[in-house]
Amino acid sequence: MSQITGAQAIVKCLMEEGVSTIFGYPGGAVIDLYDELMSSPQLTHVLVRHEQAAVHAADGYARVTGEVGVALLTSGPGATNGVTGIATAYMDSIPIVILTGQVPTPLIGNDAFQEVDIVGITRPCTKHNYLVNNRNDLVETIREAFYVAKTGRPGPVLVDLPKDIIKADIDFEDRKPIRLQSYQPTYEPHMGQIDKACRLIMEARKPVLYVGGGVILSNASEELRELALKLDIPVTMTLMGLGSFPGSHDLSMGMLGMHGTYTANMAVAECDLLISVGARFDDRVTGKLDTFATNAKIIHVDIDPTSISKNVSVDVPIVSDCRKALTALNNWFNNRQDISIEDEKSKHQQWFEQIKRWQQQHPLTYIEEGEKIKPQYVVEMLDKLTDGEAIVATEVGQHQMWAAQFYQFNSPRRFLTSGGLGTMGYGLPAAIGAKMARPDKVCIDIAGDASIQMNIQEIATAMQYKCPVKVAILNNRFLGMVRQWQELFYEKRYASTTMDFAPDFVALAKAYGAVGLRATRKSEVEDVIREALAVDTFVLMDFEISREEGVFPMVPAGKSTTEMLLV
Amino acid sequence: MKHTLSVLLRNQPGVLSRVTGLFSGRGFNIESLCVAETLDPKVSCLTLITSGDNNVIEQITKQLHKLIDVLKVVDIGDGDFVEREMVLIRVSAEAATRAEVLRIIDIFRGKVVDVSPKSYVVEVTGSHAKIEAVINILKPIGIKEIVRTGKIAIARGGAHK
Ligand SMILES: Cc1ncc(C[n+]2csc(CCOP(=O)(O)OP(=O)(O)O)c2C)c(N)n1
Repeated sequence: MSQITGAQAIVKCLMEEGVSTIFGYPGGAVIDLYDELMSSPQLTHVLVRHEQAAVHAADGYARVTGEVGVALLTSGPGATNGVTGIATAYMDSIPIVILTGQVPTPLIGNDAFQEVDIVGITRPCTKHNYLVNNRNDLVETIREAFYVAKTGRPGPVLVDLPKDIIKADIDFEDRKPIRLQSYQPTYEPHMGQIDKACRLIMEARKPVLYVGGGVILSNASEELRELALKLDIPVTMTLMGLGSFPGSHDLSMGMLGMHGTYTANMAVAECDLLISVGARFDDRVTGKLDTFATNAKIIHVDIDPTSISKNVSVDVPIVSDCRKALTALNNWFNNRQDISIEDEKSKHQQWFEQIKRWQQQHPLTYIEEGEKIKPQYVVEMLDKLTDGEAIVATEVGQHQMWAAQFYQFNSPRRFLTSGGLGTMGYGLPAAIGAKMARPDKVCIDIAGDASIQMNIQEIATAMQYKCPVKVAILNNRFLGMVRQWQELFYEKRYASTTMDFAPDFVALAKAYGAVGLRATRKSEVEDVIREALAVDTFVLMDFEISREEGVFPMVPAGKSTTEMLLV
Repeated sequence: MKHTLSVLLRNQPGVLSRVTGLFSGRGFNIESLCVAETLDPKVSCLTLITSGDNNVIEQITKQLHKLIDVLKVVDIGDGDFVEREMVLIRVSAEAATRAEVLRIIDIFRGKVVDVSPKSYVVEVTGSHAKIEAVINILKPIGIKEIVRTGKIAIARGGAHK
């Protein structure tokens, strides 16, 4: 045991957790911690240009690595600026730890300068949060925060650090295993339930695997693949689940839900068994609830018991880590000598043919119009020229859906998007965080012209840290997704969705010392992307796309998922 | 349907607001709520009355469990339990009614805990229904003020299931 300052203890805790990069923005309440960081060369601190971006960057970092991302913010406005980032991570179950400065403990509650009750503000959008008001609790609290963030259903955890605690002399005790009596997530599936599930799978003739972000969070892609391939079960993924199963595989039906494929939505409507793994029956997936998968028995695997039977009542609930449950399902079939896997497969043959027919009838598609740039074409080109291997972040809107539909994600932790909260401004900082974590990978932010302006200041961060992210703006000079709803459901009354003024993005990129490229015709698209990928610096590509392009298929909000508007 | 939930919590600052925030944020309702320390000062017990169909109660129970500071949730409405509420009533007690108030309080096994020339403060404990009954009977005589606790409850027989 040794006496060190709170700031030193915090840095030591970060090192213990294996943290190498943190994203943050300084201020009075955390100045002592920053001072300490300056003499901690093992930790890279990335100075963002807005605290929201620090949290999104930590989130992007966490999504690609599977490790806990860390953001450091000052008290008051620094902390409140981070709230959107925290809520974004919360909705998508992303493990991050947010350290915020706080006014000294004797001043708390006095409306001191830059005081805000950030623990109160973030209570509903963190997995858990803490105010450290005793120096003896500091080390244990930070360790517990990391533990809570990454175990069970992951999520953001905030630790509020009063300035006097950061400055205090404290005893640094060795790490002990953490065990919280009140928090013990269930990892292992109940074998009786696994048995029931497998029997349902044996009975099914038209099964569908419906998988979500939980498969990615629990690193269960291999196990998912084994199950799907073993029994020839077609797979559909939620927006958060994209990449958990290879998008280009024959058994992949692509995304389901509001902008899902015709095949996926039809298959879910007609299946006789829905095997849901790490997905939560979100309204964007189910559409009108009473017509969702009405013919199906439902198996639901999720580590969070509150997700089960929240929206849809299920036949076989399995509270478990997705990977452990999938392993148990695989083992069940592998250990049954009396079952012929070939027979099991052949039971699904007709179903598979039906799925192929749907795919042929209504594939994902769009109408080409000469030299006009179709946004889908841009995404297809990005996919082609990066061999489907890039890490793709998105903002929120139509471009996000086109990215989800037309980029083929063949492995997990490649697609970073704000699925639950739908946060415009997420993509650029998330891409920066991702690129920091994986400098070997091409990182692209597919953006809309409106969303990109929500955190465009982060180009400076990318430039400062030589972080060669590529941004592809699918520029329609509209708040495109909202405009699409107005076109379809509000008689084309484009209330406040026209971007009547926008900067010259190419010139703006240049003003930051980055490269800016523009394409106004289809024939220029490929060259622009090639050039962007060829240079080792930040590039902003501005694609002037056909302005009133829509995202299809589309299930209007509140309708059944079979009532799709098609191209 | 009404349910009585008994929730054991880590006695941390802000823990009550985690519970109430959960209820308001998710649109669950709280009819009454009572919190106090248990024998272990690090643990509080919260007794909460809520209502909803089985699905709602299941969600409430699961959501409460999900809070990191919650140790245990028991739906005591499920089993055999003793429930108590307490009320303090300032009831007018003029010459004509003083004796009657005393008789009523006696029937309900209540106590007079404060006396003044024109009123009594009486204390009654019992089930929710009994408290309602005593209030209804005293009303015509003239209730000046009323303070009620929420319901507390405990399982009969052995300890918490
Ligand atoms: C922070 C935030 N504000 C508002 C919205 C509502 N919203 C959803 S999509 C959208 C339009 C996005 O426009 P743009 O970024 O240009 O993308 P496009 O849809 O045109 O591809 C808006 C305003 C949101 N999702 N996030």
